[in-house]
Parts: sequence; C-alpha cells; structure tokens
Amino acid sequence: MNPFTGFQAMAYKETLHAVRDRFALFAAFMMPLFQLIILGFAVDTNVRQVPTVVFDQSGIASGDGASGSSSSREFIDRLRNADTFHIYKFVYSDEAMNAEMVAGRARVAVKFPAEFARDLLRGESAQVLVLVDGSDSSVAGQAVTVTGQIGLDESLRRLLGEGATRPIDVRPKIMFNPASRSPNFFLPGMIAILLVFVTTMLTAFSVVREKERGTLEQLLVTPVRPLALMLGKITPYFVLGLCEMCVLLLFMNFVFQVPIHGNPLLLILLSTCYLFVNLTIGILISTKANSQAEAIQLAMMIILPSVFLSGYIFPRDNMPGIFYGLSFLIPATYMVNISRGVILRGAGTPELWLDALALFVLGVVVLLLAVRRFKRMIV
Amino acid sequence: MPAILAESLVRRFDDFTAVDGISFAVQPGEIFGFLGPNGSGKTVTIKMLCGILPLTHGAARVDGIDVVKDPDAVRARIGYMSQKFALYDDLTVRENLRFYGMVYDLYGARLQQRMDDIIARINIEPYLERQAAKLSGGWKQRLALGCALLHEPSVLFLDEPTAGIDPVARRQLWDLLFDLSGHGITFFVTTHYMDEAERCSHLAYIYYGRIIADGTPAELRRLPQITPDGTYRLEITAAEVTSALRIARQIPAVRSATIFGRSIHALIDNACPQEEFAQRLTHSGVKIEETRPLLPSLEDVFVEISQRRQRELDAA
Repeated sequence: MNPFTGFQAMAYKETLHAVRDRFALFAAFMMPLFQLIILGFAVDTNVRQVPTVVFDQSGIASGDGASGSSSSREFIDRLRNADTFHIYKFVYSDEAMNAEMVAGRARVAVKFPAEFARDLLRGESAQVLVLVDGSDSSVAGQAVTVTGQIGLDESLRRLLGEGATRPIDVRPKIMFNPASRSPNFFLPGMIAILLVFVTTMLTAFSVVREKERGTLEQLLVTPVRPLALMLGKITPYFVLGLCEMCVLLLFMNFVFQVPIHGNPLLLILLSTCYLFVNLTIGILISTKANSQAEAIQLAMMIILPSVFLSGYIFPRDNMPGIFYGLSFLIPATYMVNISRGVILRGAGTPELWLDALALFVLGVVVLLLAVRRFKRMIV
Repeated sequence: MPAILAESLVRRFDDFTAVDGISFAVQPGEIFGFLGPNGSGKTVTIKMLCGILPLTHGAARVDGIDVVKDPDAVRARIGYMSQKFALYDDLTVRENLRFYGMVYDLYGARLQQRMDDIIARINIEPYLERQAAKLSGGWKQRLALGCALLHEPSVLFLDEPTAGIDPVARRQLWDLLFDLSGHGITFFVTTHYMDEAERCSHLAYIYYGRIIADGTPAELRRLPQITPDGTYRLEITAAEVTSALRIARQIPAVRSATIFGRSIHALIDNACPQEEFAQRLTHSGVKIEETRPLLPSLEDVFVEISQRRQRELDAA
C-alpha cells in the first residue's frame, strides 16, 4: 500500500488546526521575534566602563603625598582613556580598597605601591597591583587583557623612549565582524536556536493533543499510513518555520543592521533541512509523551543542549571530549555553523554542504525512528 | 460468507490473557451486540478485528479479508466509532466530514457526493458550519457516525456508541442503525444498556475472555440454564412490594426473587404451581394485584450466566 495514503487529508486538517488557534499561532510566531529583539538590543558583551577604584601610594615616597606620583598619574590617565575602565573613586587604604571590591561597587581595583615611582626612577621593574572581580568572566578577562596591554605599552615606551618606533608592531585585524559588534556575532547563531522552539514544540503538541483527545486511536483504524500521518502533521509547521526564518532574517538585517555576506537564498534553502530535523524530533517526542506537560519536559531535554552545546554560547573547541562528541548529534550545531557561515563569513555551498548533509542524515534517521516507534504505538 | 468471522481468537499481554479463544460468526446485515462486564475483553476483540492489534493465536476475517494478512484492506472496508466520538473540536461539522472523507481517499466530486449523502442521512444540514465542540452530545454522536460511514464501509464497529447520550438521541441513533442494516451494513456494537441489547439481532456475551452465550435475544432467554427444568418464572404485582418480596423468599419453592418496579420476578419450582403460590402469598397477607408468567429478561440471563461462570472459575 502507498505509504503516503492520507497525507493530503492530514495536511489539510493540521493546517485548519493551526489557523483556527490564532492565538497559539501568533504566540508561536512572535515569541522568537521578541526574543530576537530583546537580545539584539540588550546583549552587548563588549566590556565598557567597568567601575574601577584606585589606591595610589606612590606619592608617599616621592613626597607628593596622597595625590600620587607623576608616573602613576600618567598610568592612571591611560587607564582612563581606555574605554574599558571607569575610575569612580580614589581610596587611601588597603581596607577601603578591599571594601569597595567586596561590596561589588568596584569590579577592578588598581594599586600603586609606595615603591612604584622610586623603582621606575631607578630603572628597576615597578609593580602595579590589579585586582579583578572574577565573578563575571567576560569582565575579568577583558580587564586583565587591557591592563596588561597598557602595562606593556608603558614599558615599551619607557624602554625605547618617547617617539621611537617599536621593534615589533602587532596590529590585529578582526575579520568578518570588524566592529566586534555583539549582535553580529549573537544573532546569526540565535536564529538557529529560536527555530527549535517553534518547530519541535508545536509538532510534539499536535500529536500529543490527539492522544489526549482520543482522535489518534480513530486515525489508527483508518487507512492513513504512519509516514503520511507524520509528514502531514509536519507540513503546516514546516511552512510556519520557513516564514519565521525569513522574518528573523529580515529583522536581523534591517533592524539590527547585521549584514548578510553570503547568499540569503542559500541560507533559507539549507535551513529547510534543519527545520525538517526539528519537526521530526517533535514527532519522536510525541510518540513518547502522553501529555503536553511530558512533551514540554522532553522538548526541554532537546532544547537545552541545543543552546549550550551547539556553539551558540560556548565555543565547541573548548568542550571536554564527551560534550564535543555529543555536539555532533545536535542539529543546532550544524545550523549555527551554517548561519554564521553564510551571514558573517560569506560562505557558500563548498564550505557548508557537509553541514547540510549531516542535517539531512540526522533528519532521515530521526524520521525512521519516529515511524518505527509510531508503528509500535499502534499495537 | 459471514461479515465477521472469529476463530479461536486469543490475545495475551505478557502473562495476562485478555481474550481466551473466542469464536463467533456475524452474518451480513446483522446488528451484533457484544456484551460483557468492563475489562472482559470487548475492546481488545474490536482492536484485533480492526487489524490494529495482532492476534496471539487464531484467525479472523472481516468482510472476507484476513485481518492478519491484510490489515490495511480491512481498515479500508470498516468504520469505527468509539464512545469518545473522535471528532476534532476546533473543526466545523463540514470540515470534520471532509477530513474523514479524504482519509479514505475520497476527493473532488466523489467526496462532495458522499458528503451530501451523509449530511442528508444524519440530518445535520443546519449545523454544517458549527464547530464540533459546540454540538450537543447527540449531534456529536451523529456526526461521528456520519464520519465513519463516508467511505461506505461494509462493517461498522461501534464501541459503546450511546454512553452518556440522552434517551431521545439514543432512540434516534438506533433508528438510524436499523435503517442502515436494512441496506446491508453489518454492525458490531458493544453496550451496557439492556434495552439496546434487546434491539440487536444477534448477541454474544463475553466474560473474562470467554464467550459464555451466543444467539438471538429470544434464544438466550430460553437457555435451559436460565430457567432450569422443573421451574417456571412468574411476575407478581403487589401493593407492598418489599414486604411481599420478603414473604416470597421464605417460601421454599422460590429459587430466587428480585424486585422490578412494583413487581416481583420469581423463579419457582414446578412442584408449587402458580395458583398455589398465589394462595400462599395471600395467606401471608400480600395483596396481589396481578400475576403472570414471565420470560427471563436479558439482564436475568446475563446475571445468571455470569454467576454460573464465576462459580466455575472459583471452583477451578
């Protein structure tokens, strides 16, 4: 018998369900868009204006007293000029400095010891103590880097003298996202994650709802084939996911000004594989779950790893072996790469076909699993 | 050729035997009532006959097709309606009909023609654009029946189709079933209502996986074990029926007696004929209004054979 018997009927009915429940449809469609907007505006991981406190003892030895030495003031000016720090206060004791840090008012404290100016004058190595609050890793990392650079810069200037050319001049150039804008980096990956919600959840719900109402039992005594039933159920959500994808891309491009360097049509084409995998995962979940609450829990088991292991937030290269291995089983991994590839790096088919193939294979495997479980569920 | 033929059907779930070697034959156009207590194997039997539950042993044919070898062909020939009325609440009456038509591969003009036919048959024209959720129970049931009939099935399985439906709607449904069976459709109906059992042309009673009675309602009433040799049944209408029952039960010739409304149904030894029995009651102060011979009701039949079977099971 034709394995697609009943496909048209299922697609017809499922579309009516989706259209009838306008609120759910609207919510499902708007939710990712809102998240895109919130994150697009709110997320700025570039660290700026970190509250900084300064304790300068170096003036004591040189007789300048509490106002510090000329050398330390020079260094402080450099810190001020770097956008990273916002020096909001000078303190005059270790206790006061520690108190600012513990209270969380200061994220960075810079201390010039009494010997600072003297050591410099003598041509010896002078120390600056930089305390960094490690509770926010991105702040800590950048604070350490920037203060280190300023220190290095100062040292070179003193060693080589004012106006001298440096022996080695390293000029890093950031490719693909030259402005280092957070939205550019975050939004392309986020599109992949947001699509998981719409697709996986909606399909999982649609089958579970039929289980709860008892209509699935009825369908099983009709000639509708399992494959046709699933594909028919997927169809409207596939179309919805595709529209969502386009809207997210348009928003990203025009509202958040993230330029698309590659071919947007290629991106949409490759995303169909991704949508397909997620929809079939939704079906697979629904063969297991007996209530909508159960479906949500199972969906979360898929969605959370997608967020954390796909490389969307944490670079996959740093992951321990087992998680790195796991990340290959997560569809979002490939989609994050495809999305960033096309949007940021201008990648095309030669660079991305492997990811697309991986998605396709995953989709077929999940679909076969779902069909098998479905057939067993009939019995 | 029977419309449904079951031969030694067995279904086990792990170590539990839900259906234990049942056999029966249903002729085309019959309304076959399949009765039995909850959990006795009715739904499991239906599922096996519909080809959605594999048999552990035995064989079954529906409309001449082997349910094991060709379950898909069986599914295309049968209709199924459960007590849950598997309708889509958010779809209108028309959309529900159209969907089930498409499920059975009906499209275009053919679909339209079948829909028109069903709409006329179940008289649902005025509600076509109403959502199924907003129909009353009776109309939901009619619509569910209509959906199950769209593809002109030769056999229709109805699993407790009238559970929770008002008496008028029940009567209407049965009128519809009689009409359809006149057109050659075979019905397999499960029910707990005795008045519905009376309307069936053929009954089988299943008790814990075994069929313990099979025949027309009239045949079942005349089963020898229901009214054993040397006994007869009597209906006595009396003024104070509860005290009359107490008195009747004290008479040694009375094998059993129960109250039906204002009457007593009694099973009495032939040794004590009707006149003598009436006299005894009158002597004890019972004001008899009427006595008449009685055939056992189907309820009597099912209660009696269930108890006998249970005694056998307990003894084993």
